[in-house]
Amino acid sequence: MSYFFQIVVSGMVVGSIYALAALGLVLVYKSSRVANFAHGQIIAAGAFITFYLTTTVGIPIFFSFLASMVITFFLAMSVERIFLRRLIGEPIISVIMVTIGLASIIDGLIYLTPFGTENFSFPPFLPQDPLSLGGVSISWTQLVGMIITFIMIGGFSWFFKKSTVGISMRAVSDDQFGSMSVGISVPRVFGLAWATAGLSAAAAGCIIGNITGLNFDTLHAFGIVVFPVVILGGLDSILGAVVAGIIMGLIQQFASGYLDGNWGLNGTGDVMPYVILLIILLFKPHGLFGIHEIERV
Amino acid sequence: MENNLLEVNNIEVVYNDIIQVLRGVSLNVPKGSIVSLLGTNGAGKTTTLRAISGLLKPENGAIKEGYIKFDGKDTTQLLGTDIVKLGSVMVPEGRRVFKHLTVNENIIVGSITRKDGSKKIKEDNELMYKHFPRLSKVTNRMAGYSSGGEQQMIAIARALMASPKMLMLDEPSLGLAPLLVKEIFENIQRINRELDTTILVVEQNAKVALSISDYAYIMESGKIVLEGPSDELQNNPDVKEFYMGITKGGGRKSFKDVKSYKRRKRWM
Repeated sequence: MSYFFQIVVSGMVVGSIYALAALGLVLVYKSSRVANFAHGQIIAAGAFITFYLTTTVGIPIFFSFLASMVITFFLAMSVERIFLRRLIGEPIISVIMVTIGLASIIDGLIYLTPFGTENFSFPPFLPQDPLSLGGVSISWTQLVGMIITFIMIGGFSWFFKKSTVGISMRAVSDDQFGSMSVGISVPRVFGLAWATAGLSAAAAGCIIGNITGLNFDTLHAFGIVVFPVVILGGLDSILGAVVAGIIMGLIQQFASGYLDGNWGLNGTGDVMPYVILLIILLFKPHGLFGIHEIERV
Repeated sequence: MENNLLEVNNIEVVYNDIIQVLRGVSLNVPKGSIVSLLGTNGAGKTTTLRAISGLLKPENGAIKEGYIKFDGKDTTQLLGTDIVKLGSVMVPEGRRVFKHLTVNENIIVGSITRKDGSKKIKEDNELMYKHFPRLSKVTNRMAGYSSGGEQQMIAIARALMASPKMLMLDEPSLGLAPLLVKEIFENIQRINRELDTTILVVEQNAKVALSISDYAYIMESGKIVLEGPSDELQNNPDVKEFYMGITKGGGRKSFKDVKSYKRRKRWM
C-alpha cells in the first residue's frame, strides 16, 4: 500500500510542477490568444538568473529567488514591449512565429554566457534526508517546491478572480473593443500578461532546477513538455492547468510505477499521458476547463 | 459657449487614409442635457461617437480636420483610455459585454480607470443594482447568458462605473422589444436626472430618442443636415415622414398606399 501512496505523492509533485510551468503559457494565451513557444527559454532564464545571483554575486538563495522573479517579470515585459507590441492587430500566426524566433535567438545567445551546455546545481540549502511518513517519503526540495507552487497558483487565481486589474485582463481576452470602450489599455494588459507569465516561469525554473539540476536543454524543453498539460486543461484556464498538471503527473508516475517492467513494457510514463490526453480530447474538445463559446440564438 | 461639456467642431474622419466618412461634423452637448444624434444606417453616427471616444485607431481611422473639446480640454488626438479618464465613456453598439465574465465582474471592470479608492467604487457598485434591480438577481451568472435587455443594462452599468461626466450610448434600442426599449430609455433619463450625467445618445429609433432628449441632430452621409430642440424636430414634417413613418395627416402610413418613389428630402 505504501508503494501506491509513494506513487501518488511523486505524481503530485511532478504534477504541481507541470502546473506551475504551464501557468505562464496560460496567462499569455488567456489575454492575447498567443501560444508562446519561447516559454521554456524564459523558464531557463529565470533559473539561471537565480543561479548566477547565488553563486557569483553571493546573495542568499531565497533572495536571489525573489530577485530572479522580479528581473524575469521586467524581462518578459520588455520582450513584449520590443517584439510583440507592434504586432497587436496582426494575425496570431505571425505573433506565434515571432515567439519561435525568439526561442531560437535565446537558444543561440545562451552560448555567450557560461551556462551553455554544462550541468549545474543549486547549492544545497535544505535538509538532505527525505521526510518519511508511514513508508512514504518525500524530499525537502520536492516538498518546498510543491508548497511554493501552490502558493503561486493560489495567488494568481485570486488575482484573476478578485482584483480589478486581473478581471480586466480576462475582459481583454473576451472582447477587445468592449474593453477599450471602458478605458482598459489593451497594450498594457498584454505587457502585464507577459510579465506575470515571466514571473511564474522564473519560479517554475528555480523549482525544477532545484529538483532536476540546472541544464539549459532540460529546462527549456519544459516549455514544450507542458503543452499537452495546457491543452488538456483548456488553454485559458488556470484551474484547468492545475488539474491537468496533476492528472498528467499522476498518470506518468502510475504508468512507470505499475506498467513498466510488466508484460515487457518500458517507458510508458512518457507515452501514457499523451494516450489519455487524446482520449479526453475526443470527449471534451475544449479541454477540461476550456471556455465554450457562448452563442445566443 | 461656456456650458458646453462636449464641443465637436468641423471634424473630418477618414478610414484607411482614403475613405472619408465624416465631412465637417459639428455638434455641442451642453452640461447636464440629453442630446440625441439620429440618422439612418451608414450616416456616420457610430463613427462620430468613436471619434469622440478616441476609438478610431483600432478601425484604422483618423481625424484629419477640426477639433474635439471635452470639458475644456482638446481631446482630438487622445486615445480611449485617456478620454475615459477625463470622464467620457461610451456604451458601444451591440453592447459588447464580456460574455465569459459574470455580471458583477462586468460591472466592476468598468471602474478600472478610477483612482478614488475602493470604498467609493463599492458604493457605486451597489448603486448600479439599485438602478437596475433586474441585474441584482443574476450577479453571478455569466453575462453571455443574459438576455439582450439585461446585456444592455450591464453595458450601461459598466460604463457608469467609471463615474463619467458624459455617457455616450450607441443604439441602445438595437434588437430589443418595444417594452424593453421603453425601460432602457427611462433608465437613461433617470441616470441623467439622478446622477447628473450628461448624455449623448445615437439612435435610429427617432421617436423614442426625441421623446427623452433636449436637443437633437440629424445626420445623413457624414454631415449634420438638421438640428434643433427635440420637441421642434418632433413636429417637423420631414422628420416625421422620414424618421418616424408618419405622414402629414398624422396617421401611420400603410404599405398599401406607399408609392414607389420617395418624396425628395428638402434639405438635400
